[in-house]
This record gives sequence, C-alpha cells and structure tokens, in this order.
Amino acid sequence: MSARDDTLSARFKGALGSFRLDVDLTFPANGITALFGPSGCGKTSLLRCFAGLNRLDDGDFSIEGEVWQDGKTFLPSHKRAIGYVFQQANLFPHLSVSDNLAFGLKRLARGEREAAARRFDELVSLLGIGHLLDRAPRKLSGGERQRVAIGRALLTAPKLLLMDEPLSALDFEAKREILPYLESLRKKLSVPVLYVTHAPNEVARLADHIAVIENGCVLASGPLTETLARLDLPIRREEGAGVAIDAEVAEIDAQWHLARVAFPGGSLWVRDPKKPVGTNVRVMVLARDVSLALEASENVSIVNHLPATVLKIADGDHPAVVAVKVDVGGTPLIARLTARSAVLLGLEPGKPVFAQIKSVAIVE
Amino acid sequence: MAEAVFLTLKLAVLTTILLMVVGIPIAWWLARSNVWWKEAVGAVVSLPLVLPPTVLGFYLLLSLGPQSPLGQAIKSVIGFTLPFTFTGLVVGSVIYSLPFAVQPIRNAFEAFGEEPLEAAATLRSSPLDRFFSVALPLARPGILTGAILGFAHTVGEFGVVLMIGGNIPGETKVLSVAIYDYVETLQWGKAHVLAGGMVVFSFIVILSMMLIERRMRERLT
Repeated sequence: MSARDDTLSARFKGALGSFRLDVDLTFPANGITALFGPSGCGKTSLLRCFAGLNRLDDGDFSIEGEVWQDGKTFLPSHKRAIGYVFQQANLFPHLSVSDNLAFGLKRLARGEREAAARRFDELVSLLGIGHLLDRAPRKLSGGERQRVAIGRALLTAPKLLLMDEPLSALDFEAKREILPYLESLRKKLSVPVLYVTHAPNEVARLADHIAVIENGCVLASGPLTETLARLDLPIRREEGAGVAIDAEVAEIDAQWHLARVAFPGGSLWVRDPKKPVGTNVRVMVLARDVSLALEASENVSIVNHLPATVLKIADGDHPAVVAVKVDVGGTPLIARLTARSAVLLGLEPGKPVFAQIKSVAIVE
Repeated sequence: MAEAVFLTLKLAVLTTILLMVVGIPIAWWLARSNVWWKEAVGAVVSLPLVLPPTVLGFYLLLSLGPQSPLGQAIKSVIGFTLPFTFTGLVVGSVIYSLPFAVQPIRNAFEAFGEEPLEAAATLRSSPLDRFFSVALPLARPGILTGAILGFAHTVGEFGVVLMIGGNIPGETKVLSVAIYDYVETLQWGKAHVLAGGMVVFSFIVILSMMLIERRMRERLT
C-alpha cells in the first residue's frame, strides 16, 4: 500500500462544559483536510482534542503506529508530534523571531533535531521571513507574525499539522499576502494537515479533503470537489458556494489573453493565469455564475458552454431559488436558478442540458 | 548608626531572596490552581495587609517562643528559639512582607493567560519547562515589582520587629527601631539623618521600579 492512499481515523466523544462533541473522522494521511463549519460548531474543540489541549475521556487516535489517545492512554500535548498554528499567532513576546522559531526545535530529541535544523533555512525562505529573524514579535505585522507561527510549528517535525483559522484574525491585505505561502506549503509538505475554517474561499484554495462539522458532529467528509457539490450540505448555502475543480492548463490563446484549462469531462476558457501549459491549477465555479440552457446557444457573450446531465434538484436558500447539480463527464457542477426557470425548462434528473458558465476563478 | 543601616540592608536583602523563593511558587499556585479552597490560602497570605503589625508580631512571638510546641521543635533543630534573634527577624519579615510580593507576581501570572503556555505545550515543552521558559520570563515585570515592594517594606517595618526582635544592637536593632530610639532619647539630629535618608531611599526605589517596570512591559507587548 502506498503512502498516498493511507488514511487516518479519529474518534472523540464527550462533553466540554455544556458543549457535546461526537466525532468520527477519517481523513487522508496526505494533504490538507479542511474542517469546515459555522462558528461554535466544535471545529476548534475538535482540533484541541487532536492536540491534547482538550481531554475527552472517550477518544481514539493513533498516528504512525503511536497511540496518542485510547481507552488507556492519553499522551500530554508536549509528547505529541504536532505542529499547532493558533488563530492569534501566539508568539512568545520575550523571544526574538529566530528564538521563537527555534523554541520547539530545541526541545526535540537529538536525531530529530538535526534533521529539523537542516530544514530551518529552507523553511525560512519558503515563508519569506529571513529578514525578520532578529526582530521582536511586537515589531511584526499580523501577516508576518502568522508566517513565523507557521514556521515555528513546522520546525518541530510534526506528524500532524493543526491549523486553527490561521487567517481569521488577519485583515484582507494580510490574508492575500499569506495565502500564497500556504499554497506553496501545501505542495511541499508531506504532513497531514487539519485546517479549521469557516471561509469557503480558503477551503477552495487550500483543501484536498473536506469535513463539514455541525453541532459537534461530522456531517459529511470526502474529497473536495465531490463534497462541495453535494446538495444536502449546509456549505452550499454559504455566500460564494460553488465547486472547486482541479484542472490543467491545456492551451494558451495569447491574442485574447485566455487559457483553456482541461479537467476530466471537459475544459473551460479562463483568463490567462500566466502559467505554462501542463501546470496544475484549481478553478472555482460559483453556483450563481452557472446557468442552464436546453440547447447550445452560440449567440451569447458567455464563452463556456458545457454539455451536462441533470443529477439532482434541491431547494435553495430562498423559496424563489433552487440548486441544480449537473454532471459534466464525471465532474459535478452546481447551478443556482430561479425555481420558475427550473419548471419552465422542465428540469429533472437525467435530462441533458448545457451549462453556461459566466465566470471562472482560478484560485491558485 | 552605620550598624543599623547595614543590619537593615542585610535583613532586607535576605528577606527579599526568601520572598522570591517562597512567594513565586505560592503566586503560581494561586494563579493556576482550580481547587475551591485556594482563595482561603490567598486570604491567609494577605492577612498581614490588614492586621496591625503588632498583632502579627504578638502571635509570632507566642508561636515561635520557647513555650510553644513549634518553638520547641525549632529549638531542637537549630539549637535556639527565634524571638530576639536576627534569624527570627528574617522569618517574621518574610511572613509580614509576603502579600506585597505575592500579589503582583500572581497578577502577572494571571495576566498572560493560557495562550502562551498552550503554545509552548504544542512545541514539546514540558510543564516544568513551560514554567521556567515561558511563565517566569513573561511575569518578569510583576516579579520585579514584588521583589522591590517586599524589599522596601522590610526596610520600613517596625511593629513586627519590635515585638519579636526587640532592640539588640547589631542583632535586631534595625533602622526604624533606631529612629524610634533616637526620638525617645531626644537625639533629633540623628533621627533626622536616618528618617530623611529613608525618605530619599524610598523615593528612589519607587521611581526606579516604575521606570524599569514600564520598560519591561513595553518589551513584552
């Protein structure tokens, strides 16, 4: 069995104060799993259970053959090979940036420490914090602080990286500054990451797998594209609901500054992302940007028409609206239509349609 | 006169060192413990704030004296009873000044909250290591305040000294008692020198404490 199709399983059950958590979660041992849900749904508590910062009596979690919690064992936080990135960067104010980075590193066992120390320079340049090493944390911007916090967590050679809404305390500019770093980490890391967020755009940009949490339970868990396209989940009601598709740059139209990105089942024209042919990209198609037609119409301004088959129709966030899930050669899309249009077009499962896509965003 | 000054400084330095050794763990426990009776302990520690020093001195005299079981136990270990000795004065001073040291340190431990300690725990830092590498450095301004208040308070104490120390030159005759003596014997000139010196000393201590503390706090935010 290759490392890629390995999975991790965790179970946590019990009360924290007045809040009840009852979670049974399986997620890939590779890549980023988003724990997605509204505020107060228990995603942070769940993350703290993985870290050993919260203790529920009933829990099971093992990683790489090491039991962190089961009926008999509860490993305290400092004995778990975790990296934890808090909502607030939580740097030690009495230490310089480089001492903050080295804090966990210095406390590793000898063999691990040397291996991690070798990664110091690489990680510092990957996160773009080389020029900050001598500064005090109070002299950093919010985004810089959070990058240092990420570096500090990664330098402990974690077996599991836990990130608790690392962008939520940042303003728009700082978010924009830090997201590219997270994306490059996502490509270079081989550590499983649990990433708590309630922002659908962060999920679309970063996650490979998503677990939807509500009221302390896992409502659904699965690969990103498939799960985002499920109509029975609250995620589609969120502002900006849509589908994320992993695609590849297939062709560039230099004259019109467009690029064709191909995915299993079809391709889309998007604004030229200035990336060479063959690059993997992720595109986001929002439900409100998809409309459905019964025939391919050539005389409209929309460039992207894809033949599709209706899979399912569900109520939308308002009585006037429905969400229609269609299949494009194996890739799902969601269209947000008025209920009247759905009836006038006679939409029903199995009906062939054309999906017209008004805009496609490249998210990475 | 010089003897009294030297004795007072020796007493204050020793007391401050002991206050830190005893007070920091007590402050840490008061800040972190969840047991329901911890505030009762906190109140006992704070008693000297409200009790007249003579009351405290009176009970210390009784409990440490040769008639009490505690006094006898101490005598069997160290060979003498504590009242009217320098050692006894140190013990009394530590008890008397404890709340002045513990309160600011406890506040400092409570002020930085769980977050830095949790961050340290996720970075492989054991509980003891967290105390020394994170809690103590972050509480530095409060610890400094506690030490200086404890020191200054010991320099100025009178009632407790008089009750359990008496007035033995070179052993228990500290500044405040010496001033009282000079006034009683109408040597106002000498009393002025010591009293005026105390005013200047206290002013310098308080001012430098405030300045150092402000700088420390700025560096920790």
